[in-house]
Amino acid sequence: MEMPDIIEPVSGGGGVPDAVLTAENLTYSYRAREGELPPRVLDGIDMDVGRGAFVAVLGHNGSGKSTLAKHFNAVLLPVGGRVLVEGMDTSDERLTLDIRRAVGMVFQNPDNQIVASVVEEDVAFAPENLGCPSEDIRRRVDEALRVVGMSEYGGHSPHLLSGGQKQRVAIAGVLAMEPKCIVFDEPTAMLDPRGRGSVIRIIRRLCGELGVTVVLITHHMDEAIGADRLIVMSDGRIVMDGTPREIFSRPDALAAYGLDTPETVSLLRGLREDGFDVPLDALTVDECADAILSALAVRPA
Amino acid sequence: MAPIIKTEKITHVYSTGTVFEQAALTGVDFQAERGEYVGIIGHTGSGKSTFIQTLNGLIKPTSGTVFFDGTDIRQSKARTREVRFKVGLVFQYPEYQLFEETVFKDIAFGPKNMGLPENEVSERVREAASFVGLGAGELEKSPFELSGGQRRRAAIAGVIAMRPQVLIADEPTAGLDPSGSAEIIANIGAYRRSAGATVVIVTHNMDEIARNADRVAVFDRGRIIIDASPAQTFARGEELTAMGLGLPSAAMIAARLRERGLRLPDGIITAEGLRAALREFKKGAGGGNA
Repeated sequence: MEMPDIIEPVSGGGGVPDAVLTAENLTYSYRAREGELPPRVLDGIDMDVGRGAFVAVLGHNGSGKSTLAKHFNAVLLPVGGRVLVEGMDTSDERLTLDIRRAVGMVFQNPDNQIVASVVEEDVAFAPENLGCPSEDIRRRVDEALRVVGMSEYGGHSPHLLSGGQKQRVAIAGVLAMEPKCIVFDEPTAMLDPRGRGSVIRIIRRLCGELGVTVVLITHHMDEAIGADRLIVMSDGRIVMDGTPREIFSRPDALAAYGLDTPETVSLLRGLREDGFDVPLDALTVDECADAILSALAVRPA
Repeated sequence: MAPIIKTEKITHVYSTGTVFEQAALTGVDFQAERGEYVGIIGHTGSGKSTFIQTLNGLIKPTSGTVFFDGTDIRQSKARTREVRFKVGLVFQYPEYQLFEETVFKDIAFGPKNMGLPENEVSERVREAASFVGLGAGELEKSPFELSGGQRRRAAIAGVIAMRPQVLIADEPTAGLDPSGSAEIIANIGAYRRSAGATVVIVTHNMDEIARNADRVAVFDRGRIIIDASPAQTFARGEELTAMGLGLPSAAMIAARLRERGLRLPDGIITAEGLRAALREFKKGAGGGNA
């Protein structure tokens, strides 16, 4: 199989007409020690996220993916280049509140995101801060808890919930702001498989049914399979950009960036070595089983 | 020879006598042999974290006995203290527990506590660091200058430096990327082979267990409900799924293929196993006796 050394991003900045998020030649470095050059954590990122898209950003630890995520609601500001949210420049302090209203963030550790001692009050925190009238707050809280499947826990104390349930409350808290876009920064890293599954299902629904634009930062390959588009980062740059099928059928390139392919793709690759005529892009368990069956069917019986 | 570690009917109840009273473990019998690699699985709240803390005496079970190398770890204070060093425990997110000025000092903490002379402490620190792939350069740095994966490995080295005969790790790869996870698993494997140590790993990663473990203990509501080889354990897919646990990908694919009428042998849990079975199948089909 031919394998280019450098894979060019499919799209650059300014390419999508109705972009919710845009980064243009974005660079960022944390403060360096005296006498040292600051290492570039982000090094010339150009990207757009279209309205209603589900974009997953993959990268090894230290690739810059979380730093990128924090630029999308002005938690961090660019050192070079710029970031636009719905056309608003994140470096303009007068727009910070509007930007945070448009883009909500969910972080890795659910315990760091819960502020109140009752679930409902926690979810109401943001709309209250936005100055919403109380009947509107009630509606938003009920709706947000319904979407994440936590309606029956409204009166509970968050600290008795499981990690997955806490993370769903954190998502409800963000939903109650009715943002255009939600950026998830490794939301399942601290959860068990059950919690992970519930959070990922909700993320897919947000995008599919509610039309929320979703950016999911993760290094779990199986979570990225459901995305419309996958961006791979390494050393502060975008090194691959395409559909999950396109990206995952390049296992050598992924390995070079410290990432694995999903187990399904590794298996299909091995089967090819064994002389089976299978594709590399049967990503889910069912697709993979189908691919194997059809490869077997063409053998002389 | 007695098993290196063994529990007899251990039960542990949290907050005894209050309204929050809750049994975390109920009558758990478990044992592990020298050099064995045991995977522990179970969803959050199944008791597995409480269980592993009883194995080196950090948690005293409400009832029941823990044996190390044939003797009760509570036999005397001296015995309990000795077992703390012989049964090394790596907690979840252990990198948050690094506190010294340098990585060297952090790894040296355990062996120093054991009362070893300074030259032996340094030797053990260097040996432990090499098991986890940290070089002399990293040893002089502050733990906060290391990457997340390096910090995790430094914390594991701190336990390895005590040269434990049993190394227990609670989700040692949680939150790490695939290459970081693979390194940690390889580091633990290298220590196990070199020291002939027993390894007990709590994990949610079923593929990792399928590849590495000799045996699996499945916890559910404070009990061990399955204690068998990985192949036998993952053959009980429906039970595991009902408990909210996953299966190795290869086992799921093999199950789908069987559902659709493909005759595959039992016990397929790794990609290599499935490949071998499919090669056999193809050979059979080619010979006209599928």
